[in-house]
Amino acid sequence: MSSWAALERFLRTDPADVGCEQAMEILHVYVDLVAADRDAIRRYPGVAAHLAACGPCCEDFRGLLAAVTEDH
Amino acid sequence: MDTCGNPAPALDDASSEWICALNGTGAVREGALARLHAMLVRGAVRELRRREAGTWISGLELDDLAHQAADDAMLAILGKLGTFRGESRFTTWAYRFVVLEVSGKLGRHYWRRHPAERLEAEEWARLPDRLGAGPGEDAEQAELVKAVRQAVEETLTEHQRRLFVAVVLNEVPLDALVARLGTNRNAIYKAVFDARRKIRGFLVANGYLEDRRLGPS
Repeated sequence: MSSWAALERFLRTDPADVGCEQAMEILHVYVDLVAADRDAIRRYPGVAAHLAACGPCCEDFRGLLAAVTEDH
Repeated sequence: MDTCGNPAPALDDASSEWICALNGTGAVREGALARLHAMLVRGAVRELRRREAGTWISGLELDDLAHQAADDAMLAILGKLGTFRGESRFTTWAYRFVVLEVSGKLGRHYWRRHPAERLEAEEWARLPDRLGAGPGEDAEQAELVKAVRQAVEETLTEHQRRLFVAVVLNEVPLDALVARLGTNRNAIYKAVFDARRKIRGFLVANGYLEDRRLGPS
């Protein structure tokens, strides 16, 4: 990927992005939907947009998903 | 209704059992507390091991951090037990607390291994690498760095500039900044989010990028 293409991708922001606070508030609900394959992205598009853009929140999502799929 | 407008379902059987036991008395409650704490310790250890490669924490230090995270998550869960409405399984709700505790503790732990100067140093030449760009022509990369640096200097507030430099140029983790600056993840994310929009606007206005399209290549 060229430098300008990488920059363009980095600078792109999604207006649907709900931010860290709201995404983390509902993360347990979102993760249960993902674990049950119940259309989490359609029900919570703002959370999906945030997890696609925020590395730390996405890491928490992966950790919680790993915890519930290994534990249940 | 939850915060996103979706209806909240009734509690499933397993979650009801957890809530009844934790709100109970005597041996029933003590047993539930012990099971919950053991579950949280397991979850914290598993999460720290999952992130081990990026944190350099292992062995006794990992176990100690896991127990701290589990203890703090336990306190938070018991304090907020009355707010659990069954939108998810109880165990998923509980695990969320320990995952977030692990993130917070790793953020604080970061500064034991990295100098505070990482907040201020400005390594502009590394910007293309930070953006994930592959090898490119020196002239192209120099033009990009110059344009972004100008955008940062002309459009960002001092606060936004400081956070942009720390997060993007110096790769300081968000949770480490939260710990250092005494703020929260959302505030830092929002500041960098706004900075990205401002920089993009500057680059479009000055002909470096076209709206939704690539600039010079």
